[in-house]
Amino acid sequence: MRDVAIVNYRQTVPVRDSGPVNELQMLEQVIQGVINDTGVALEDFDFVCSGSCDYLAGAAFAFVEGVEAVGPFPPIKESHVEMDGAWALYEAILKIRTGEADSALVYGFGKSSPGYLRSVMSLQLDPYYLTPLWLDSISAAALQAAQCLNSGTLTEADMAAVVARSRANAKSIAASQLKGDYSVAELLAEPTMVSPLRKHDCAPISDGASAMIVASPEKAKEWCSQPVMVRGIDHRIESSMPTLRDLTRSESTSIAGKAAGIAGVDVQFAELHAPFSHQEILLQRALELDDKVDLNPSGGALAANVMMAAGLDRIGHAASMIQAGRYTCGVAHATSGACLQQNLVAVLEAAQ
Amino acid sequence: MSRLAAVTGIGQTQYKSARKDVSMAGLVHEAAERAIQDAGIGWDDIDAVIIGKAPDMFEGVLMPELYLADALGACGKPMMRVHTAGSVGGSTAVVAASHVTSGSFDRILTVTFEKQSESNAMWALSIPRPFSMHLNAGAGGHFAPHIREYIRRSGAPAHAGPMVAVKDRKNALKNPLAHLQIPDISLEMVMESPMLWDPVRFLESCPSSDGACALVISNEKLASEGPNKPAWIRGMAMRSETMTCKGRDEVNPLAGSDCAKDVYAQAGIKDPRREVDMAEVYVPFSWYEPMWLENLGFADEGQGWKLTESGETEIGGSIPFNCSGGVLSSNPIGASGMIRFAEAARQVRGTAGEHQVDGAKMAIGHAYGASAQFFAMWAVSSEKP
Repeated sequence: MRDVAIVNYRQTVPVRDSGPVNELQMLEQVIQGVINDTGVALEDFDFVCSGSCDYLAGAAFAFVEGVEAVGPFPPIKESHVEMDGAWALYEAILKIRTGEADSALVYGFGKSSPGYLRSVMSLQLDPYYLTPLWLDSISAAALQAAQCLNSGTLTEADMAAVVARSRANAKSIAASQLKGDYSVAELLAEPTMVSPLRKHDCAPISDGASAMIVASPEKAKEWCSQPVMVRGIDHRIESSMPTLRDLTRSESTSIAGKAAGIAGVDVQFAELHAPFSHQEILLQRALELDDKVDLNPSGGALAANVMMAAGLDRIGHAASMIQAGRYTCGVAHATSGACLQQNLVAVLEAAQ
Repeated sequence: MSRLAAVTGIGQTQYKSARKDVSMAGLVHEAAERAIQDAGIGWDDIDAVIIGKAPDMFEGVLMPELYLADALGACGKPMMRVHTAGSVGGSTAVVAASHVTSGSFDRILTVTFEKQSESNAMWALSIPRPFSMHLNAGAGGHFAPHIREYIRRSGAPAHAGPMVAVKDRKNALKNPLAHLQIPDISLEMVMESPMLWDPVRFLESCPSSDGACALVISNEKLASEGPNKPAWIRGMAMRSETMTCKGRDEVNPLAGSDCAKDVYAQAGIKDPRREVDMAEVYVPFSWYEPMWLENLGFADEGQGWKLTESGETEIGGSIPFNCSGGVLSSNPIGASGMIRFAEAARQVRGTAGEHQVDGAKMAIGHAYGASAQFFAMWAVSSEKP
């Protein structure tokens, strides 16, 4: 199969509430950004693919307006997934592998601020058995965290350590909402929000957009000096019923990691899409990452979590760090659904 | 396309206004189970599941693929959700097929559905958003001005649209899965039905349906070895264009004709009117048959209605359109595009039953969405290239 490389990536600075700035304006910023950075034009892309969620905008077909950010006239080859932009990237990679496209523009966006995100996410559970209970996204994660604590899988101090590292790492990234120096003791002194989760165990609510350019290795070399190779990418889903799963493990992440070829490379760092602190620990174990692997050097989703873009952001940050010369090989991960139901793993490496 | 792929299994549910006997999971499972049986395989033989549907608000479930993973045997497998407006059924088939043509997967299951009875599509389409063009009266209200402009430009007679409505509903009588079964359908009945959005009358509009459609798509080796005749995918394409801008023609969109030309080039079709044996084309309102006859290159601009009027689009005509009854007879929105793709595949496999076009070798499946700005198409053939 044909290799695919990441050429460029950009995100808006995620904010809790972008106010009058709408999705289209945020998208224009990042799409123009990657295009200008790369020195190409819109018509140079053979394929465009995006990820978003109508429910965040509160309207059916909200994604249609996203396409306007690309200004597709004359017509383009384009597709959309109602998923995180990481899966739009996956579709674009398939397209390049077919040989029908040599390059693609990928984007993801979400403006969660107008709604009450916790409750909106209740609607993605089983509509007959779970949604009517209004089990919201933080409560579902709290049940998972409680199971992890009760089974001795991890401790509250482990979770606080994840948060402290995330906030400290985020200091080096301009586009992070939450950053700073915090001690584990300080964090553990905070009250719980939805027991056992404290507010800092949960990802912030973020408005933003992200864009990425991917291409065949030949095209990528033409377009940039340091393309990042996608050595492998795979995604897997598990049961929608939290009660049918062992929530203290992330089986689908393990399968995806193996299928993406994580065993065959020297992983130096991992960008893990863990919207809750305990989930980063589960993901680290699922991917069998040892202590030598730097986790979420960008701060991860706990520093900024734009719905429908945060997974793509993990891949984007990982690629940017390799391009900056900080690492040569790493893993990026995206998640979707309650309690890590669906997971995508990509193995990235600097081009030789 | 770099690698060959073929449809090796097709499954459809009964289409009707409310499938109260099944949940959403039961509905998609029904179609998927039938496709897997038709392919002569088991659930374990599926490498990935690709699901598509129209807006989540049509059922009130956010990203329903998460909840449907169990019903589609996807646990432990890759599962992807496509959403490209009304064209989604077709786009999903194209994205699903690219899983195989990219060489990444050997055999996949793709499913699309809508359970319109769970909600109200017209309401879901009419939620106003600040600073956005308001779609006040659902799809029909949006498309009526495009249709009026088509009639003005082409000088088509008032009965051309109603003739499509009669023809498609007569075809539906030969398709036991079709939602609308109107045995005494006639031109008079259609033309006397209430005016909804001038010039679109009640009987010229698609129904609201519950239903699901599924396909198994396999690589060349598996398709050649399978128990049933495959429908070889000879060309497929998607195109999108902006909703409003200077120079865009909503009546005869460039994205639609570009998409068709791309598919014909891949399939080696030079004269679609002669080389295509039948087409399943997305016609949710009667007048879209003559409009798409022109947009897809079956007739010159302004001449499409003449093919309809002279009966060329009937079964037995030179270019039969929508032998299954089309979107005018069954419309589970998210699945409507894939039903077109599936019905085209049935025709070239020779398994379309009573609505079979004799000896169909090359067939087209087509879908469009949003403000006639998203298009997906494929050409399938009984012949391997």
